[in-house]
Amino acid sequence: MDTVVLARAFFGTSLGFHIIFATLGVGLPLMIVIAEIIHQVKGDNDYAIMAKRWTKAFAVLLGVAIPSGTIVGVQLSLLWPGFMEIVGKVISLPFQIEIFAFFLEALFMSIYVYAADRLPRYFRLISVFFVALGAVASAILISAVNTWMNTPDGFKIKPDGTIYDVNPWDAFFNPSFLSSSFHVAITAYMTGAFAVASVAAFKLLKKRPERERAYHLKGLFMSLAVAFLMSFVSSLSGHHSAQILHQHSPEKLAAAEGLFETQRYAPLAIGGYTDPKTEEVKYGIEIPWALSWLAAGKFDTEVKGLYEFPRETWPPFYVHTLFNLMVGVGVVLLGLAAFALFYWWFFAKKRAKSFPKWLLWSLVFSGPLSMLGIEFGWVFSCSGRQPWTIYRVQTTAEAATKNENLGMLFLLFLFLYALLSVLTVLILTAYFKRNPVSKDMERISG
Amino acid sequence: MMSEEVLAILIMWTFIFVYSIFGSIDFGAGFWAMIYNNHRTMAGKIANRFLSPTWEITNTFLVLLVVAFVGFFPKGAYTLGTVMLVPVSLILFFLAIRSAFMVFSYSVQGYRRTMFIISGISGLLIPSLLIAVLPISQGGFIGVDGETQNLLLEKLFTSPTLYLYVLFGLTSELYLSSLFLADYARVSNKEEAYRLYRSNAILLGPLTLLSALFTLLFMAPESRWLIDNLVDQKIWFVLSLAAFFIAYGSLWWPKQNRPGIGRPRFTLLATVAQYGLASIGYGLAHLPYIVYPDLTIYEAFTATETFYSLMIMYIVGLAILTPGFYVFWRLFLKDKRYLQQE
Ligand code: HDD
Ligand code: HEM
Ligand code: HEM
Repeated sequence: MDTVVLARAFFGTSLGFHIIFATLGVGLPLMIVIAEIIHQVKGDNDYAIMAKRWTKAFAVLLGVAIPSGTIVGVQLSLLWPGFMEIVGKVISLPFQIEIFAFFLEALFMSIYVYAADRLPRYFRLISVFFVALGAVASAILISAVNTWMNTPDGFKIKPDGTIYDVNPWDAFFNPSFLSSSFHVAITAYMTGAFAVASVAAFKLLKKRPERERAYHLKGLFMSLAVAFLMSFVSSLSGHHSAQILHQHSPEKLAAAEGLFETQRYAPLAIGGYTDPKTEEVKYGIEIPWALSWLAAGKFDTEVKGLYEFPRETWPPFYVHTLFNLMVGVGVVLLGLAAFALFYWWFFAKKRAKSFPKWLLWSLVFSGPLSMLGIEFGWVFSCSGRQPWTIYRVQTTAEAATKNENLGMLFLLFLFLYALLSVLTVLILTAYFKRNPVSKDMERISG
Repeated sequence: MMSEEVLAILIMWTFIFVYSIFGSIDFGAGFWAMIYNNHRTMAGKIANRFLSPTWEITNTFLVLLVVAFVGFFPKGAYTLGTVMLVPVSLILFFLAIRSAFMVFSYSVQGYRRTMFIISGISGLLIPSLLIAVLPISQGGFIGVDGETQNLLLEKLFTSPTLYLYVLFGLTSELYLSSLFLADYARVSNKEEAYRLYRSNAILLGPLTLLSALFTLLFMAPESRWLIDNLVDQKIWFVLSLAAFFIAYGSLWWPKQNRPGIGRPRFTLLATVAQYGLASIGYGLAHLPYIVYPDLTIYEAFTATETFYSLMIMYIVGLAILTPGFYVFWRLFLKDKRYLQQE
């Protein structure tokens, strides 16, 4: 493999790994905050137990989120030195503010975990609120850099590469910042909620004492409510992101839809794959006029096709599939959450019946599926920008390191990520096996 | 009026200095937690009690260093990013192992010892690798190959300069962390643990001084320029030496109003002053180079507009965070209920 491809694979793997932990690091604190609030309002101790157990899981996940985040942060300079030189001049502001968000989260996380018993009750709520705030702020701020790569703004560049007329705030609030970072935050919340729902559903599969069933049902219901809301908002915000693509990165939208000819009344292609030989989408379903309508709200909107752009700047064709997978995940999960809530409301609650096994099993898979949606989304966003690292400013090849030593290091880090993944799972299961809910319940009532 | 470049490097210097102190204490505490695991004096427990709430924050400081450097000196990020691929990747690798295993060790019952050993040892390796930046920045270890620069790994790893720096880094890490933990043990009312850390410090103090001396004496020939500059800054080193003797001597001062020996809080602060003075001298001698001879702070500097917006953010950010740090300090470094639990 040549160095550029290797650098991309290396960096993509590091981010793909970090994002799993980072997303849960944004999603779980929200669930903890909600549980703490319900506990303080209703006085129901089950919610305090939930908050406590989720915090434990969150603390273990942070043990991987933080070092893996440090890795990607530093690897940006190691693998993309040319990119970071421009970043430093133009868009270092959100990186910098992000550090404060990290500090906020780290400070209050320690306070919440190690000092909760010495603090008044309201201060617990304040500290966990700041943890959640720090986490979502760091996600939004880091996304700001990524959105700037997609729609760069706030500087001018001479042909020889000299940068001038820098306006850091314009770079920060670039055209896609609001829509994309909102989408990132909401999908992280959605994923955190489905992750909790997965665990609760899994626990409900086995026969358990009534007291424990009630506990898990509360967890399931609460997470489904959040998941439903967030799925709904995330599909709206995803739609908005697509409209921003239409305005600012037309070739990405064209590649996402496998659209080659520029046209009005453009059709939406669902499924299938983009055939590079015939240059059309094969085995997909076409909904006439729908793309034009989605892109700007009118059927006669002109949507640009790939032929409009030089071939060297076409994104890879597989982004069509990635885009479909992400949207598919969103639609399926929205439907699942709606159905489960509906079922609970009309059948389970009224007739004191429990959820059927197949529904519980589907819910068990919702968390991992949502995480897959996150991964598809990112790979889509980053690959759909190819061949650019900074859209129409710097190509990936220009950004990449010239160092040839990547192969061995890549292997070393693959080993690291595999090791940490396995250990995280082992440690979480061992811990929760040793400390089952029943133990926490006894402690609180006893 | 100070130029923007100098202001930026001053801020960088402050961050680096703060991190080198906190990082030393952090990694050193990890090492002592491994050595004194299950020790009857509770010395290991005390180290862990300090580490559990603080390691995240220390780690964030490391990230701050990188981010601030990229923001202030993007060209420097380009050069160092290109050149340091291998050593920095190794640092990242060990850092990940260390943090993860430390966190994991709080949640398991078996294997705890293994986890302590792994995180303790990687805590020794990380500072040794971090300090390699210094000899590299002094020149002589970067080769140019057509358009690209690269690190002369073989030359670096066979150079005595590197190992003397590493030795200096390691002894300093252990000395500083012993002093800190001695103080922490004293505040926690664990007199036995205090005595243990104090005797470590008594042993390590002279070793740090010796290794610093040897590092200066055996600097690589390429660093001639630096030695000349260091001689010009000798006043700082004289002051630093004085601070060392005062600090070291205070390990034997009687305790106020009570039986016992040593004033660990004073010793710690005086030692921090000692390192501060020496690194001001070193920093001044190193200017204006970031990496000798190709990269100065003037060439590497960022866009002015970015510089000013970063400055504003530092002020705003610090103002917002200071109360948080204060609460944190009260809860984990001062509150007797946390410190004196069994
Ligand atoms: C659970 C995860 C998830 C789900 C269900 C969705 N997305 Fe998404 N999407 C992401 C997770 C994600 C993401 C990982 O958060 C991305 C990657 C980059 C970004 O800014 O957000 C993203 C990016 C992203 C982009 C690209 C932005 C860009 O590259 O500039 C578009 C156009 C959409 N999404 C559209 C949608 C639509 C129409 C959805 C309909 C349901 C949808 N997303 C569901
Ligand atoms: C949308 C994607 C991302 C999300 C949601 C996210 C979120 C997070 C979260 C919640 C943490 C833990 C913070 C803490 O407790 O201190 C974290 C750590 C970190 N992330 Fe990410 N991150 C994302 C992508 C990235 C990327 C692309 C980078 C690199 C540029 C990055 C850099 C970091 C760093 C350096 C840390 C460690 C911070 C520390 O030491 O406290 N993150 N991230
Ligand atoms: C955190 C979630 C993210 C994931 C999982 C992710 C995933 C990926 C993947 C898979 C690639 C390789 C693309 C390819 O080979 O076609 C890539 C490239 C890249 N991404 Fe992202 N990305 C994420 C967020 C970000 C963010 C927030 C930034 C900016 C701060 C960023 C900056 C880059 C850069 C610089 C490259 C390399 C150049 C390129 O291939 O475009 N990514 N990312």
